[in-house]
Amino acid sequence: MSAEPDIPVAVYAKPDGAKTAVGIETVGMTMRFGSFTALDNVSIEVRPGSFHALLGENGAGKSTLVKCIMGFYHATSGNLLIDGFDGGVTDPRDAHAKGLGMVYQHFTLVPALTAAENLVISRADVPAVIDWDAEMKDLTAFMNAMPFRVPLTEPVHRLAAGEKQKLEILKQLYLGRRFLILDEPTSVLTPDEADEVLGHVRKLCEAGELSVLMISHKFREVTAFADEVSVLRRGKYVGGGLVRDLSHQDMAAMMMGDAKPVDPAPREATEGAAVLALENVRARDRSGLKDIAIDALSVRAGEIVGIAGISGNGQMELMEILTGQRPLAAGRMTVHGAPYHATRAEERGLKVRYLPEEPLHNACAPRMTVAENIGFRSFETGRDKPRFWLAPGEMKRRAERLVAEYKVKTASIESPIASLSGGNVQRAVLARELEGEVDLLVISNPCFGLDFTAVAEIRRRIMTARNQGAAVLLMSEDLDEILELADRVLVMSEGSLVYECTAAEADIPTIGHHMGGHA
Amino acid sequence: MSGEIGLWAVPIAMLGGAIRVSTPFLFVSLGEVITERSGRINLGLEGTLVFGAMAGYALAFMTGSAWIGVLAAAVAGSVFGLVHGLLCSLPKVNDIAIGIALMLLGTGLAFFFGKPFIQPVAPDLPSINLGWWSDLPQVQAALRVNVLFLIGAALALALAWMLRRTRVGLTLRVVGDSSDAARALGIRPARVRILATAFGGALAGIGGAYLSLFYPGSWNEGISSGQGLIAVALVIFARWSPVNCFFAALLFGAAGALGPALQSVGVTSGYYLFYAAPFVLTLVVLIASSSKSGALTGAPRELSITK
Repeated sequence: MSAEPDIPVAVYAKPDGAKTAVGIETVGMTMRFGSFTALDNVSIEVRPGSFHALLGENGAGKSTLVKCIMGFYHATSGNLLIDGFDGGVTDPRDAHAKGLGMVYQHFTLVPALTAAENLVISRADVPAVIDWDAEMKDLTAFMNAMPFRVPLTEPVHRLAAGEKQKLEILKQLYLGRRFLILDEPTSVLTPDEADEVLGHVRKLCEAGELSVLMISHKFREVTAFADEVSVLRRGKYVGGGLVRDLSHQDMAAMMMGDAKPVDPAPREATEGAAVLALENVRARDRSGLKDIAIDALSVRAGEIVGIAGISGNGQMELMEILTGQRPLAAGRMTVHGAPYHATRAEERGLKVRYLPEEPLHNACAPRMTVAENIGFRSFETGRDKPRFWLAPGEMKRRAERLVAEYKVKTASIESPIASLSGGNVQRAVLARELEGEVDLLVISNPCFGLDFTAVAEIRRRIMTARNQGAAVLLMSEDLDEILELADRVLVMSEGSLVYECTAAEADIPTIGHHMGGHA
Repeated sequence: MSGEIGLWAVPIAMLGGAIRVSTPFLFVSLGEVITERSGRINLGLEGTLVFGAMAGYALAFMTGSAWIGVLAAAVAGSVFGLVHGLLCSLPKVNDIAIGIALMLLGTGLAFFFGKPFIQPVAPDLPSINLGWWSDLPQVQAALRVNVLFLIGAALALALAWMLRRTRVGLTLRVVGDSSDAARALGIRPARVRILATAFGGALAGIGGAYLSLFYPGSWNEGISSGQGLIAVALVIFARWSPVNCFFAALLFGAAGALGPALQSVGVTSGYYLFYAAPFVLTLVVLIASSSKSGALTGAPRELSITK
């Protein structure tokens, strides 16, 4: 398969010339899966050396389009032109040979290998015995010719997210790819890192070495870095053009069409006593090498405290501390002044509720029914004493009421909860957790992977809970979400809370610096 | 008996014992390192070891050559490895359950086919006398080193080199660390894992041949005392490094030699307790290297026990 001798592996060996960007064009591309049309007659053009953004909601057909370009799917009809000629890409390997590359949303680097090992193993012609001295010389020469570089001898799992993303892009260039698809490349980066990486990519485009098609939903990045934009909705091309001619509102209107998300709930003035308090809490992190150190954290009734941070800086561990899954090495945690260990009795008595990230895996039994999952908080409580026998009728009525109230779309309350879409699982879990009185609500990444309308609705529910006097602790990797919801913003970096400000003082660059640990 | 060197007999006997007893540990654990580095765990190596011991002994007896016996044990072991690898490549098959099934199958088959070979005497594997410089018979006995031990030591170094410096080694590490990344690179993880498991099985078979052809040096049904299982724990202790495996195998070998060594200097009471030393050491090692809150460092990320 890899017998073609002309795969441009060692392009970096030629310092000038021959490194020209590749342009592509899709002509009337249509992709049907059975009776479902995922992509309907889409024509877009990415000119050589341009930076093109592809916008659209979840399920709009963006990934189907790029998978057709890369040869993962074979379009039902329509053509792909590469530099004006019929591309005829048969599979991803063929796409690579034609200079097309893709950087996935999730890293495809091998964590235990060093950057150098990752680059070498990704080549089609790895020698049986690797002469590392010669390889390192070549790699260093390649790195020196690039506008940005990463340490070659560090294992990849020790690199920061921004470094990994840079390495993914460098890998594509190392392999001689001249047209790159970037699939939400900044979703794991701080604003600073995102600007740096995209800035470098843009420079490569301007130098005519690379053309880029970037899937994104961040209007700010589209405006700042892209030349042109194309918008998809429900598989159709619905608009686009030069970025400088379009405002954020124009792009949002194209993406959403006539669907209007619910208006955000108004923020009411509330004043309350401290509900959750952590003092001098210490615990080991997941690697067992570093400490989580929270000196002081308190959340008052009727306020949302947002914790911003890049994933992997201790948020997961903090969530585990709050849910009692991670033992404390020192310090104390109190709710309403009483020591709190997150036992079921304490959760019920002190009215503490949780909405963990990826609720299908962290807060549901995926194969049990929607009704059973909704009953998890209350199945064993009777009117005044714990019950031994379940009350199926009562569970069913409660589930039906909450499913209707939270507009959970499910075939039946007897369907397994795993069969629901992400947004509906989130609604079902939120319905369970917000039922009855709630004094403390701990939330982690509630809107990850949801579309505009579901996001707006979930956020509205959270704001309503706050207005009704719940203390809300919100951990999120989405800074925009924190800024929209929080009354107070904290930044978590390397296991500690390193910065605090009120929502009014919040300033994205400052918060971004603290998230990256550069302050 | 050992009057002239007194209690020195114990460490000398333990050194000799370590070298003698460690060889099966070394081979089984080196094989398991390669298997686990590819992201699979093969618990069936105990069965492979026993079957290798039987096959090696039988072939050595029939052909009169100990080395043909070793080869036969390696081939038999690689067949067991292949079966494990192929079965585990089917969807929804658990490698640990298959391993336990193959462990029972391997020992059962070995007992079944091995019945006629309990009485006859097969040729031994050759050993090299590295103790020629000493007058003490104890030192000479301790330093009579089997060729397979030296091959195992060289193999540990060779595997470490392979993992770092060759395409095969790098491919193996990629597959063990991330199936997704491997697929993105055009590597087929299932095939790599099948081959790695077959290789591991072959080494476990050689370990078995050592048992029946050198130490203790005869085939019987009680030939293995759990070396195949202990070696799996040893791999975790060695943090998936072939060179560490060598030292870990020596340590476990020394622990296994503690009982006989004490017996040889005349400790007659309670030495059975010391026979349990390898098993106690296994428990201690597993507890000491475990962690309640953190992930195992250095573990291949695709391994089912670390996920």
